Amino acid sequence: MEFLIEAFKKALFLIINLDREFLEIISLSLKVSISALIIASIFGIPLGAFLGMKKFPGRNVVIVFLNTGMGLPPVVVGLFLYMLFSRSGPLGFLYLLYTPTAMIIAQFVLAFPIVTALSQASITKVDPIIKLTAKTLGATPFQVALTIIKEARYGILAGVIAGLGRVMAEVGAILIVGGNIAGYTRVMTTTIALETDKGNFELALALGIILLTISFLINTTLYFIQKKGVPANIT
Amino acid sequence: MTLELIVSKIWKIYNGRPILRDLSFVFDKKEIYVIMGPNGSGKTTFLKICALLETPDKGEVFYLNSDKKRIPEDINLFRKITYVFPEVGIFNASVFDNVAYGLKIRGLKKKEIVSRVEEVLDFVGLTHKKKQDALTLSSGEAKRMGIARAIVIEPEFIFLDEPTAFVDMENTEIVKKILLQIKERGKSTIIIATHDTHFASKVGDIILKLENGKLLTENFA
Repeated sequence: MEFLIEAFKKALFLIINLDREFLEIISLSLKVSISALIIASIFGIPLGAFLGMKKFPGRNVVIVFLNTGMGLPPVVVGLFLYMLFSRSGPLGFLYLLYTPTAMIIAQFVLAFPIVTALSQASITKVDPIIKLTAKTLGATPFQVALTIIKEARYGILAGVIAGLGRVMAEVGAILIVGGNIAGYTRVMTTTIALETDKGNFELALALGIILLTISFLINTTLYFIQKKGVPANIT
Repeated sequence: MTLELIVSKIWKIYNGRPILRDLSFVFDKKEIYVIMGPNGSGKTTFLKICALLETPDKGEVFYLNSDKKRIPEDINLFRKITYVFPEVGIFNASVFDNVAYGLKIRGLKKKEIVSRVEEVLDFVGLTHKKKQDALTLSSGEAKRMGIARAIVIEPEFIFLDEPTAFVDMENTEIVKKILLQIKERGKSTIIIATHDTHFASKVGDIILKLENGKLLTENFA
């Protein structure tokens, strides 16, 4: 018990003193996750909107794949990307392995299905009368689509935040493709795993507190968004 | 420009049963036309076909300009006609933003949007609700907002499907007054589908009855 209290005290000391290494790790974590999320949103929201509004052959297959993608095991994503980016892999010539870029790509792969599938679900749930109303008020097809996306905004935002929650907390994929190199690819979750292994609990605990705080903030935001607007199927 | 709506020999068949049979009519006056008929008689289908939201199985519906020339079915025509559904489609926004929608998508300047929306909200008696979340309006208020949203774009044709559905007596009276005032402005042809005989007799200049797929002139006198 005493060792736990001691570790907790040292963790708080690290947080209060804004230790440089500690801040660098948090900063890289946020940079990687937010970059991955922005890219996932740029591609995922329009694709989700398209899937939510258009009926075409094979649409259901795409939706099933996306829903499956929501539960992709991060280590499996890491493994596939490792094989792609390793020197003998098909994309080895890009020299991306053990770089923050590879970590962003890994987290993009994890966030993209979540953002897309939840955007699609929110857009599908928009009352068809909204589409007709926009049309009868003189909206062009593009304006109608924008109106539907706007109506689904709370659900879409909830999907984006759920995606952030997923990537901030994952460790498997970025550990494999990032390599957990100090000062270069070391992020919160990989540091926690490593420092716990080494028995260096104070840094792990300090990062754990920050990670929990971020997770709490994400979930609080998600709760208020869901309360305010269109529901999204977040489980 | 004054539009005329020409309905020419249209047929609409549902499940092997003709809802509209060889129906022809010309809507060419800035007045209130009321189409009556019991549930399932095809009023809504007819209204939607006239508003170009549905296509007939046979025959055609088109609009003529003041030179009696047929207008192509494009966004310019769609922006001259509007349709108010029985269950008003409410955007998740304020009453003001709902009413301003049609003006914003037409790219009007903010100053003009504000002035026109405020005038119309005053007209339908919803000025005090302009900042309110439109989803929290009562059904009668929502109906008035739906009408305000339709008239603010100054359409040449306004189609109203069951304007008194889900509306209490007080709001029915208000809707009636609003429609009569729109007619007085002389800018729009109003076509209403309703099964409310009392309402039809109070607002309609030309009452039509949809019976056995045909449109007949009704006389309440």
